[in-house]
Amino acid sequence: MSKTKTLSKTGRDHLITYGMVIIIYIVVEILLHAGLINNQMQGLLVPVCYYSVCAVALNLCVGILGELSLGHAGFMCVGAFASAIWSYQMQSTSMPAGLRFFIAFLIGIAAAMIIGVIIGIPVLRLNGDYLAIVTLAFGEIIKNLNSALFLGIDSKGIHLSLKSAIYLNLEDGVDPIVNGAQGIAGTPRDANFTIAVIVLLISLFIVQNLIDSRDGRAIMAIRDNRIAAEATGINVTKYKMLAFVISAGIAGAAGVLYSHNISTLVSQSQYFGYNVSILILVYVVLGGIGNMRGSVIATAILYILPELLRGLNKYRMFVYSIVLIVMMLLNWAPAAVMFRKKLFARFRKNEGTAEGGRKNGTA
Amino acid sequence: MEMRKFTSLVLAAAMGAGLLAGCGSSSSTSSSTASSAAATASVVTDTTSTTTANASSGDTFKIGVIGPLTGGASAYGTAVLYGAQVAANEINAAGGINGYQVEIVSADDENDAQKSVNCYNTLKDKGMQILAGTVTSNPCIAVADYTKQDNMFQITPSGSAEKCIANDNVFRTCFADPEQGTLSADYMSENKLGKKVGIIYDQSDSYSSGIHDAFVKEAKKDGLDVVSDEAFNADNKTDFSVQIQAAQDAGADILFLPFYYTEASLVLQQAKKMNYSPLFFGCDGMDGILTVDGFDKSLAEGLMLMAPFSASATDEKTQAFDTAYEKLSGGEAPNQFGADEYDTLYAIKAAAEKENVTPSMSVSDICEAMKKGMTEIQISGLTSDSITWDKSGAPTKSPRVYVIKNGEYVEESTSDSAATSTAASTAS
Amino acid sequence: MNFLNYLISGISLGAVYAIIALGYTMVYGIANMLNFAHGDFIMVGSYIIYVLVSNQGMNPIAALLISIVCCAGIGVLTEKVAYKPLRNAKSRLAVLITAIGVSYFLENGALLIFGSNTKAFPSIVNWSGVTLFGGQVKIQGTTIVTILASVIILVVLQWFVHKTKEGQAMLAVAENYGTATLMGVNVNHTISITFLIGSGLAAIAGALMCSAYPSLTPYTGAMPGIKAFVAAVLGGIGSIPGAMIGGILLGVIENLSKAYISSQLSDAIVFSILIIVLLVKPTGILGKKVQVKV
Repeated sequence: MSKTKTLSKTGRDHLITYGMVIIIYIVVEILLHAGLINNQMQGLLVPVCYYSVCAVALNLCVGILGELSLGHAGFMCVGAFASAIWSYQMQSTSMPAGLRFFIAFLIGIAAAMIIGVIIGIPVLRLNGDYLAIVTLAFGEIIKNLNSALFLGIDSKGIHLSLKSAIYLNLEDGVDPIVNGAQGIAGTPRDANFTIAVIVLLISLFIVQNLIDSRDGRAIMAIRDNRIAAEATGINVTKYKMLAFVISAGIAGAAGVLYSHNISTLVSQSQYFGYNVSILILVYVVLGGIGNMRGSVIATAILYILPELLRGLNKYRMFVYSIVLIVMMLLNWAPAAVMFRKKLFARFRKNEGTAEGGRKNGTA
Repeated sequence: MEMRKFTSLVLAAAMGAGLLAGCGSSSSTSSSTASSAAATASVVTDTTSTTTANASSGDTFKIGVIGPLTGGASAYGTAVLYGAQVAANEINAAGGINGYQVEIVSADDENDAQKSVNCYNTLKDKGMQILAGTVTSNPCIAVADYTKQDNMFQITPSGSAEKCIANDNVFRTCFADPEQGTLSADYMSENKLGKKVGIIYDQSDSYSSGIHDAFVKEAKKDGLDVVSDEAFNADNKTDFSVQIQAAQDAGADILFLPFYYTEASLVLQQAKKMNYSPLFFGCDGMDGILTVDGFDKSLAEGLMLMAPFSASATDEKTQAFDTAYEKLSGGEAPNQFGADEYDTLYAIKAAAEKENVTPSMSVSDICEAMKKGMTEIQISGLTSDSITWDKSGAPTKSPRVYVIKNGEYVEESTSDSAATSTAASTAS
Repeated sequence: MNFLNYLISGISLGAVYAIIALGYTMVYGIANMLNFAHGDFIMVGSYIIYVLVSNQGMNPIAALLISIVCCAGIGVLTEKVAYKPLRNAKSRLAVLITAIGVSYFLENGALLIFGSNTKAFPSIVNWSGVTLFGGQVKIQGTTIVTILASVIILVVLQWFVHKTKEGQAMLAVAENYGTATLMGVNVNHTISITFLIGSGLAAIAGALMCSAYPSLTPYTGAMPGIKAFVAAVLGGIGSIPGAMIGGILLGVIENLSKAYISSQLSDAIVFSILIIVLLVKPTGILGKKVQVKV
């Protein structure tokens, strides 16, 4: 008990986040064992987790570092492909699935972080919307290169081509692993809900600990005022890079989950294009910029919503777009925010709590 | 905090609304949104509502259709859904399968493998027993993994990648991509259509690049000279002037276009403007080019395509299909996607009748019976006069080659050696 | 001669990007928002022309005019309903996300109305073009019209912005929103006019683009929209001549890299060049250098 007392307000807030995820996990697991969750919902559990992980990663970049990235799907793509190549190649060996999947995570995260460094060096020199467009450009380059990539391994080693599978000159009977636009087919489906939740918890832990650390405070100081932060002796480049690369690595982990949840992996717009980066940004903005718990909740709701709307048939995506616009207006329009504050204030007065007057503007 | 509370409140309300809408009859909600959307044009009749939900399971076959109904590939998914509907209505009117009615349950996967799996799970909840999908290849491979796990019978009308039917419970109705490439090359060399071949293909599409790879391989064997080999991708499919120019400069007298008619119509148009008129040769994706609204049919004059189906065929069966299809689609002419799905449903019917499958059987039992039945049937469908299947799930049917003359498809006689495709070798 | 052909088709493609980018850049400069739905207005405008010409048999030029008016109207309406309430929101990202919502709305609305099948767009330019150097170089009618149109639009816009009262108001709002308000500029009116012009330009771009590449689906506008955004940034976002230069450059680079390097990797090359340019000139080719004050 004494320990919880000494926790700061943010520390308590973080515990609530972990608690929320764990409680939801336990409830879902109980319902699963009781057979109360239908197939549709069961299938959505892992996707919700990996998009949550990616939303947390992007929120680190957008909310904490304060730089808009429109290329996070690219990091997912790198993580997904790097790990899928490993798992595809290793599934015929005797390596146990658990170990193989663990190493796949390490490979995916490492690959995404390396690309994060490569992209971060030029990108972080820019500001504002120019930075955003360059991340978008990098995301598209990654997607484009990946969809033109042919890779095969035979007894002579690794063969690479950017033109066509024919140029790989593989030995007879050896199929290419990555077959250009046809991608990788036949990766083992190692991911499950438990692993996905563990990855989500670890990502939350890393990001929230970073926020609370000395490094995190430096990063947020840069976000709030770069010049002032620089003047106080903070190494701006170093801390920006730190946050960006961690964010890339976590997005890479989301990619590993992605590629190990379904057996095909192709580098096309609907999977890793800028649309997907923006979709993840929607989760972040609706959940609250800088609010990790909000990201997870918003991802869960916004990913499940279109699936629930399936009853609307062809009007589904149309209705979804209207819901999205209305939600944005209600959540962000200053007029709506004012109205809501007044409304809540009146409720509080009616309830007779003394807190009515103590409105805090930091909602 | 207030804000967050409110967010979740609004979101929860939205979800609740969605759930309600999902449970209730969709027609009321849909008509209201449609009228608010735009008053200018008539809204096409809701396709999926034609399947009047038969609540009592056990006396209907529930056949699933999964495909892109929204997004860039939605033309293909919509066509398959209409095709399934036409076949189901016909089968039901004629007394159903083994006396049981057929119900089509459908879901939109947006051509996304993960969403396709979500669709599969949703349809399973709706009681799907047989999957007559998915439409596109990559989602098909992903879903096939799940049907294998559940041992559900799956037959894809148009998933043409080789790996679609890797599992023993998955069959297909269309040709495989490599087969089409090989057959096309063989046809060109046997009929001496030309010596120098130019290729343009969609590198971001597995269908197109699958055909391309096999074609290039086979062309080498056949002594065809591939003089230009240019690609485009999904993000760059409006301007083909560079690719056409390359073929023109290389002196290609055949231009092989293994991709869908939507882009092909642009290639023809731009080639015309550049005064380049080689022999254009397409695959089954080319079918539909004459149905593009407002397309200048004279551009397609002389175009050859190896396609299983032609909406302008004059036989009774095709005519009946055209009429029924256009009634459902609100005037849109059918293409091979719809025809493939139509044949798919009749294959299901034939196999189910062969093995006396009933809806009261378990999904797994149905699958085992269907797997056996499929290899024993021979059907005469829209896409071929005779289709048979082997254990691998690949169909054996004769390819047809059409030439467009005076804005109509005219069937070319195919030479004997190319007439039967032996799919078994590619699927091993 | 081939090079010339590639160059000309590149300029033609670039001119389309340029017209779209002009709309992008004006909205960005004045309303300070990335309007991701801008590309979809191209599609909306094209569908209007398609319906009027193919179904109603109207004269293409009259159809174009109606399309411009309709698009401009929809643009202003969108701004009033979806963007204006968020103008003073706490984060600029809010309006960006709403723009995504509007983009989904337009695409899916068009899908409901017109279906998913491709429509062959009726060309509004009925001129086969000219042939040079004894048939070795052919310039198509649509190419010439597109390039001319983009130049005329550029000149008119420059005149409008620098010589009219409304244009001056735009410059003032772009320079400093708050101060412009204090100086008595009607900001709401100015931003409405910006959307009016931007969306009207999208309709023109749509007509020209679909005349050159006559295939129309609900998703026709999305990719050119994003390419035009890249063009606007390349030229220096907020700058009208910059958008023009960026658009043309983008089109030329895209076509030449397709022709001489790799048709598969042309996108990667285009985006790489964008990155290189921004590293050398962080605000684009004609972008203003922004002084950051503490």
